[in-house]
Amino acid sequence: MPSLGGALLALAFLTAIFAAVAALLGRNGDRRWIDVSRRAVYAFFFLVTACVAIVEVAFATDDFSFSLVQGHSSIETPPFYKLAAMWSSQEGSLLLWAWVLSIASSAALYATRNRLREIVPWATAVLMGVASFFTGLMLFGGGVNPFAELSPAPADGIGLNPLLQHPSMMIHPPMLYSGYVSFTVPFAFAIGALIARRVDAEWIRATRSFALIAWAFLGLGLLLGARWSYTELGWGGYWAWDPVENAALMPWLIGTAFLHSIMVQEKRGMLKVWNASLIVATFSLALLGTFLVRSGVLQSIHAFGDSTVGPYILGLIGVVLIGSTALIVSRLDDLRSEKRIDSLASRESVFLVNNLLLVGITAIVFWGTFFPLISELFTGDKASLAAPWFDRYTTPLAIGLVLFTGIGPLLAWRRVSWASAKRVFRLPLAAAALTAIALLLFTDAGGEPWAFTLFVFAGFALTGLAQEFWQGAAARKRVAGGSLLAALLAVTSRNRRRYGGYTVHIGIVVLLIGIAASSSFQTNRDVTLRPGESAVVDGRTIVYERPTVAVDREKFTFGAVLSVSEDGKQVATLRPSRRFFRPTGQPLGTIDSFFAGEATSEVGLKAGLTSDFWTSVAPDVTAVQRRVRAADKGFEACVGGDPGTPPQCKALAATMRAAAADPELRAPALAQIASIQAATAERIARSYVADGTPATFRVIVDPLVTWMWIGGLIALAGALIAIWPARPRRRGALIRTEADALKEAKYREIRDAELDHAAGKLSDEDFALLDAELRREAVEILDRVENGNGASAREKIPSS
Amino acid sequence: MDPNRKRKIRLVAALGVAVLLAVALVYTSFTASTQAKEPSEILAATPGTSYEMTGKVVPGTVDRSAESLSFKVEDRDGEGTPMAVTYSGTVPDPFRAGREIVLTGKLVQGTFVGEPDTLVTKCPSKFSAEKDA
Repeated sequence: MPSLGGALLALAFLTAIFAAVAALLGRNGDRRWIDVSRRAVYAFFFLVTACVAIVEVAFATDDFSFSLVQGHSSIETPPFYKLAAMWSSQEGSLLLWAWVLSIASSAALYATRNRLREIVPWATAVLMGVASFFTGLMLFGGGVNPFAELSPAPADGIGLNPLLQHPSMMIHPPMLYSGYVSFTVPFAFAIGALIARRVDAEWIRATRSFALIAWAFLGLGLLLGARWSYTELGWGGYWAWDPVENAALMPWLIGTAFLHSIMVQEKRGMLKVWNASLIVATFSLALLGTFLVRSGVLQSIHAFGDSTVGPYILGLIGVVLIGSTALIVSRLDDLRSEKRIDSLASRESVFLVNNLLLVGITAIVFWGTFFPLISELFTGDKASLAAPWFDRYTTPLAIGLVLFTGIGPLLAWRRVSWASAKRVFRLPLAAAALTAIALLLFTDAGGEPWAFTLFVFAGFALTGLAQEFWQGAAARKRVAGGSLLAALLAVTSRNRRRYGGYTVHIGIVVLLIGIAASSSFQTNRDVTLRPGESAVVDGRTIVYERPTVAVDREKFTFGAVLSVSEDGKQVATLRPSRRFFRPTGQPLGTIDSFFAGEATSEVGLKAGLTSDFWTSVAPDVTAVQRRVRAADKGFEACVGGDPGTPPQCKALAATMRAAAADPELRAPALAQIASIQAATAERIARSYVADGTPATFRVIVDPLVTWMWIGGLIALAGALIAIWPARPRRRGALIRTEADALKEAKYREIRDAELDHAAGKLSDEDFALLDAELRREAVEILDRVENGNGASAREKIPSS
Repeated sequence: MDPNRKRKIRLVAALGVAVLLAVALVYTSFTASTQAKEPSEILAATPGTSYEMTGKVVPGTVDRSAESLSFKVEDRDGEGTPMAVTYSGTVPDPFRAGREIVLTGKLVQGTFVGEPDTLVTKCPSKFSAEKDA
């Protein structure tokens, strides 16, 4: 089986190269070559899918002739983790990269099969160039082929690291990869548009949903990673400014900027150079994220084995950066803005500010992440920056973002008159003032100026967003009647991008409230308690009721039962524990080997809307370990037949000698030893409970932290609303040609302006001017379609 | 005012602010950073200065008690004398003998005293360079 997989992978590699070459041959619009290259991309998808299927079947059936399976799974590994073990390995994660890329490429080329004739060949070449890079890397990169064969096949595998055996840890990597990889699509089309000098908004319209999907996946990946860190890592935080976390955050931030600024290009024909640069930056940062995990360049909590593929990925980043920059510079003349910003008080200028803030945050994170390398370059010492440095600079910018998240939706495109501004800003400003007063009167938030400012801005932003929904729904109700809720649903489903976007804004503001509250007002205490003792943390009494202990074949679990009470009333019983695993992949060791493997925390968490009560336990296992070592020594003496050992030892020693001589007897002998060990381990474990040794607890009271997760989920829901394709209004009125797409886009702009007018954001005279202008542009487009001349008419020819 | 001139002034002002911020960023990053050193370098370094120690936990030296953790750390290449370390605070789950750690602290009378909650452990190598065949 490994050789079949290897052959399919090689075939996929050749197919990717063929697709790229065929696409280049069709660069002048030769339909046959373009169709051939697209079909080759579909074939690439089927081939890589087959490779993934072979690997997954091998994992599911414990086929240890695959070196990949042997290294990351075992017969004992639970079935769910067997299937997810693929991406816990270097080889498997590269295969996942290639697979997601094949899906995204096929979907993008299918969606554009009748559009963008000039751009698609170049975009296909870029996509398949990247695809052949990654498949080629697996084949020739050295030691990263997922189909490496072990001969003869071992009887069992090493198993999956227990730390990784957590559901969210298994979904987290594919989410991040899907995010990283999906950004390849807008990147490829941007490059295609630049080469073909078709730098209008067409490529953006065709790939926006891919950018949004990539953004949502990456965001979900970040959220899951934070959640895993909070509930599994036993330190109580969700973000540590670790290089690998930063590596995933940076493309997400730049991607956010890109999603905003492409709207400006779509509506106003501006910021073309900026957009092209942003997508190049996003894609390069996504590659950098892939690279960082595999390079060993920076110290990190994450897996950083030095590996052979680092330099290749770095090479690819270099090619992407140099090539794209040269391309953008050579196309500067084509990238001139069609219009200029009319007024500083307009949505496009707020988008510009938000872009600068997002790029600013990214620049700070980038500098901090790579500071060890920078400092080594200048001073010769590797020095690194800690979380406080990151916090100091990103906090003010993030607070600025909250403010502009609130202002942006309130402003119309192009310009805002003073009268309409007063109308839309009145309520949000009043809400901000009320928030400030309420916070000062009823809470001690005034002591934390940054958090206080953020809360006030959040009050402003949330009210502004609610007002948007309210006015949209009210306007709809005036036209269509019905209930307000029905109007709200109707207006949202008719303007998915707009209201989906607003929902994302609400989610992000709520998420930032959660971060600000939990980081500024957290109570964090370490207390050492004996069973029966109690401590008071933040007004709540915790009692260490009793220790618990359990032993099984793979681990010791030391736990604690804590009861938490407030005002004399019991509010929760928490059971934090700490597990000590035997190293995986070793047949049978001493009992002491339990303490040489992984240790993981299970957190005792009482989550609540106002605050989380978080506990973890660090048991004192010194006495247990001492007894374990003594028992191991005793066992050794026993089977060695030392004088003074009990008579059963003679029998045991005899069994072991017999097993050494006759392999047939090995299994029963090992089973006998294992059962003796288990009994001993059980006895020693019970002594932990009897001793009543003190344990150290970390207790964290995290206010409003739940809102971080809720906000993240709201943002995801908003992204889903925005991504969900609108139902075509008339049957058969599918967008088939580029002119149709242009027409649709212009109609949407007219509808947007009408909505803004109805919602009171545009004054009557501004609306009249804007509407006349938009309708004139729409007529021009229709004329072009009718006359059938120009570039757009060529696109009308239907394709196979 | 001439709109082109206005645009230029705006651009210069924006660039000026950006440059100022960048300078502040660069300046503080050099002063706020902690130097990363390996145990053998720390033995030779100024006592009383805070360093970020990177190295490998020597197997068989880890002693856990409820109050604190003591262990020895050696250079990543395994050379030089191992340095004794005491640390109190949370211990990340992946911590164990033989694994690479990063810890901020000071040298006090020959022992490296770690600041609470600064211990970072590199994850169990998901992506190991050399496979143990």
